[in-house]
Amino acid sequence: MDKVIVAQNLSLSYSKDETIINKVNFSIDSGSFVFITGASGSGKSTLLKSFYGAQEPQEGSLIVAGVELRDVSKSKLNLLRKHTGIVFQDYKLVKEWTIEKNISLPLIIGAYDKTRIDEQVEKLLKHIRLKHQSGKYPKELSGGEQQRVATARALSHNPILILADEPTGNLDEYSSDLIWNLLVGANTDLGSTVIVVTHHIPENMNIDYKHFHIEYGGIHEVV
Amino acid sequence: MKSFRNHLSLVVALLSILFSLQTFIIVDRSINAYKMNLAQNYSLVVVSQKNLKEKDIIKKSPLIFSLEPLSPDNVIKRLNAGINKNNIAILKLSLPRFYKLKLKTYPSPSEIDKITEALLKNRSIIKVESFSKTHDTTYKLLLLFKTVISVMAFSVGIVTILLVSKEMKIWQLKHNERMSIMGLFGAPTWLSSAVLFRLAIVDALVATFLSFLVFMYISSTSWISEQFSSIGIEVVVFDVLKDTSVMFGLAMALSILLATLIVLSHKEEV
Repeated sequence: MDKVIVAQNLSLSYSKDETIINKVNFSIDSGSFVFITGASGSGKSTLLKSFYGAQEPQEGSLIVAGVELRDVSKSKLNLLRKHTGIVFQDYKLVKEWTIEKNISLPLIIGAYDKTRIDEQVEKLLKHIRLKHQSGKYPKELSGGEQQRVATARALSHNPILILADEPTGNLDEYSSDLIWNLLVGANTDLGSTVIVVTHHIPENMNIDYKHFHIEYGGIHEVV
Repeated sequence: MKSFRNHLSLVVALLSILFSLQTFIIVDRSINAYKMNLAQNYSLVVVSQKNLKEKDIIKKSPLIFSLEPLSPDNVIKRLNAGINKNNIAILKLSLPRFYKLKLKTYPSPSEIDKITEALLKNRSIIKVESFSKTHDTTYKLLLLFKTVISVMAFSVGIVTILLVSKEMKIWQLKHNERMSIMGLFGAPTWLSSAVLFRLAIVDALVATFLSFLVFMYISSTSWISEQFSSIGIEVVVFDVLKDTSVMFGLAMALSILLATLIVLSHKEEV
């Protein structure tokens, strides 16, 4: 099976004195659903950031979708990000844009035609049960609704890789279920690789998934 | 309303800069027109033992415009009584030649000194009268006025820098988040900063258009031209093509510079 992520002797740190991830080796299969768990401050979010080039490897090698992220050029990083969907813990929605426009962001960047954008946005708005609020701005929505919009945005361009950082932390059950359904759907229906950083793996996950746990700067697979 | 507020801050900053610039241009034009006026009414008197040729004198300084001989008849007329015609003819021959030297612009005291020095190198010229006392007073007044205007222009320059840097900080806060989010989804810099540049260009156009309307109105009022006529000068208050181009160029350059600085100083928020 193809590997979408390959890490060799990968070290991550915020400063020279403080190594968060220390010389780890692992790989993630293309099309898999992966959970990364760990205690607060263990480095799971830092590891996820490194997958989309927001945290540069201090040592070793990290290859994501065929792109070596150590000393990566801006154009190569942009290309990788165009094929990646990210769900942030703090949503990161553009405040001055309607939720409709927020969802269409990756499609605009990917230069899709307007008809395709409209179709895809409408389909996703139905999935996240927010079609009736399409013209609203993020601040007019609840936290759960904003995260649903952020998840729809991450999926809008059918990315090969979806990265989610605590996507359902502090959300109500209804929003959490909708988000998990979207992520699972993207994995099973579209074949996207989904990597989720979380404290707790939902009990009702009806798919095969892999589980990596981060502890003391190392990473190991939980079987 | 929100969009209007977004535009207003930069438009106001640009408007104040364009108003100051155009005011400075008008004052500068007035000074130059007044200088030309003074130059027309000012001349040096050159006294020579021999006849002078205009083309030789013009070569002495690029400031010299013309040389006209002054008739000695008025002086001789006063001496006329009791002197016979032969003696008057002899007297006429022995009198020095007087010339009126006109200049192209109103000269500074040092320029007068240079012209005098250059003229006196001609051995036949025995005196150059510059009426320096009257000239110096007028020139100093003009100089004072120009200095005041220059100080004003410098102050406007400082205020401009402060306004632009303040605006830059506001814009940075306003646009950084959106640019970062777009960057995280792989948007190239030109795309993530497109809104910023569009805003900058629109604001420059709006500010130029508003300034254009205001100065078109000012230039059409008779009160302004009456004020200039009262001091004997005519000034073009607003040159539609030239001044609009200068204002548009400045507004555009400042807003593009502002947008570029923001893009260059942008740091991705993750």
